Amino acid sequence: MRDVSKSGKAEWLVTMPSFLWLAVFFAVPAVIVLAFTFHGHTANGGVGDWSLSTWRELVDPDYPTIVWKTIRISVEVTFWCILLSLPCAYAIARLPKRWRALVAGAMMLPFWTSFVVRVFAWKTLLHPNGWLQACYLTWLRVCDWAFDWLPAFLQKFLVWAGLASAGHVDPAMSTILDSEAAVVLVSVYSFLPFAIMPLYTAAEKFDFSLLEAARDLGAKNFYAFRRIFMPGVRQGIVSAVLMVFIPAIGSYVIPQMLGGTECVLIGNKIFMRAMQNRNIPHASALATLMAVSVLVPMGVAMWWKHRQEMRDRRRLDVRTAQLMTGGEGQ
Amino acid sequence: MKDDFLVFDHVTKRFGALTAVDDVSLTIAKGEFFSLLGPSGCGKTTLLRMLGGFERPDSGRIYLEGQDITDLPPDQRRVHTVFQNYALFPTMTIWDNIAFSLKLSKRPKPEIEERVDEILEMIQMSEHAWKYPNQLSGGQKQRVAIARALVDRPQVLLLDEPLAALDLKLRQHMLIELDAIHDQVGITFMYVTHDQGEAMSLSDRIAVVNKGKVEQLDVPAKIYEAPASRFVASFIGDTNFFSGEIASVEGDYCTIQTEGFPAIKAYNDKNLSAGQRVDLSVRPEKIRVTLNPPPPEKGASINVFPSRVQDIVYQGVYTKYWIKAGDLRVAALKPHSRFLLDEEKITWNDDVFVWWHPDDGYMVEAK
Repeated sequence: MRDVSKSGKAEWLVTMPSFLWLAVFFAVPAVIVLAFTFHGHTANGGVGDWSLSTWRELVDPDYPTIVWKTIRISVEVTFWCILLSLPCAYAIARLPKRWRALVAGAMMLPFWTSFVVRVFAWKTLLHPNGWLQACYLTWLRVCDWAFDWLPAFLQKFLVWAGLASAGHVDPAMSTILDSEAAVVLVSVYSFLPFAIMPLYTAAEKFDFSLLEAARDLGAKNFYAFRRIFMPGVRQGIVSAVLMVFIPAIGSYVIPQMLGGTECVLIGNKIFMRAMQNRNIPHASALATLMAVSVLVPMGVAMWWKHRQEMRDRRRLDVRTAQLMTGGEGQ
Repeated sequence: MKDDFLVFDHVTKRFGALTAVDDVSLTIAKGEFFSLLGPSGCGKTTLLRMLGGFERPDSGRIYLEGQDITDLPPDQRRVHTVFQNYALFPTMTIWDNIAFSLKLSKRPKPEIEERVDEILEMIQMSEHAWKYPNQLSGGQKQRVAIARALVDRPQVLLLDEPLAALDLKLRQHMLIELDAIHDQVGITFMYVTHDQGEAMSLSDRIAVVNKGKVEQLDVPAKIYEAPASRFVASFIGDTNFFSGEIASVEGDYCTIQTEGFPAIKAYNDKNLSAGQRVDLSVRPEKIRVTLNPPPPEKGASINVFPSRVQDIVYQGVYTKYWIKAGDLRVAALKPHSRFLLDEEKITWNDDVFVWWHPDDGYMVEAK
């Protein structure tokens, strides 16, 4: 007993610094932000008395649209990041060991430059006179020309992904800069390493002989990838989704610099309320709203998963019991 | 039984400068339990992987039931492998692991269920159907791996050192089980191992592989008793080699003049004539060790050598002696079929007689 309490004490001591860190820099600020939302604001940018006026102000018809747009764009960015990083992680993990470290290191190279500088560089790349714009216009023309022949689901996909316009739009009017497409593109570029890293870590631990076993049992390469590799790196996918989705939700530098007026996200609104309107409680309320609209669905999903797991376990128990008593059961 | 069910036709595979498989031709009959036996790195696994579709030979063809399968990808041949590390899918239940190939071949659901349940019963794993692989013991995983590979009745089942990861007791148990499964399903088994005991006890025929070549292909007893080369004789079981020159030929028998040892009488099955050099292999269990010489009427026609005991290893079932005879150290094995404690004990430095019948030596290589 004494040993247990002793090791418990030691554990406390070791984890204390992280706890303190989390408390001071995360928990306390979060509580302060939450508390601010129940205050009014003063004309000179200060925090006023306790009141519900801030929450009442939040009934702005613009906000649901912006929240929804933020979530939609974050989902798009996450989708593209996962789609691109899965084959990347797979390919890196299959490289000879010497090369793996090199490629993983190269992936970290952009982080040596400031994030803001890199986003600014994209501004030049996407400029209406730039070559990426020229490529995009060509692509749009090709899409425009081929659109009617494509199957419906592909049409929908292209429009959804921002790679084609729903109606026949004059390509000259479509610039990438200051559009949603630019925000999605540069977000994917920025967050891709955050998706590849956890996936690569998971893929490195993956036993690739399982793919050979699947092939041996009659699976095609892609089927084996989908049914064996992807479930095998499930934990990595979950981490990657979180690593991309969370910063995407709070992103404001990218839409600020590349989104123009077309793509104002919740992050920009918070920035505007806090810095330009000097209304800290309002900004706090927006931040809280955003956090809640992400945390609630995630909580429901986790609860759902837990319930499913319990049901699986019960199914196993029932099946075992049936077999023990000699009954037939499925 | 069709004899040309599975054919390796002059198959060669190189990895860089290394020739892993060197011009191998094999013919395997339907329903046969066929073993590839050899030391690690001899090319037996490469042969198996070429049959599975994971490697492509540099030259030569592989035919299965008359069809050239050399260039077919793994998923298009009905050849399944039991991997050394089992390679069970950790994210699937045992049931789903086994159903994997059936689902891929798009069988109707009731049939899948029936066949998975049936094979689960055969390997006595029905109550574990909804567990995951990491909840099973080594032997259970092994059985699931075999069931998964067998369930859609492949043309050939490949087993890549399937028992290597199991402990001795379990290995012996699985050996019997494997044999039973083979009898039950009647599918052609191709078994790769470096363990001669496994190969001997399971196989209909064994191909002994060394340095990418098949040294001998025969039934287990022939491989053991009549090894085709020095390598085969020494790789399968223990043996004593005597090198020498034929001194004289007397009918079916001959006398071999050896270096550092008296002349040996041996059965001249290779029809050698005087003056030719030969390696003679005599298995330890064929050599008898006694304190007294054999009866004289016997002694005239057999090999008898006075010698001295150097080392003894008592194993319960038998005792192994190393005996100094002439300049050579000879291994001899004495099985204990009677109550040992009543016997007159042979001990270190005893002067003994070793003797064996000329028929019990085998000429492995004539030069």
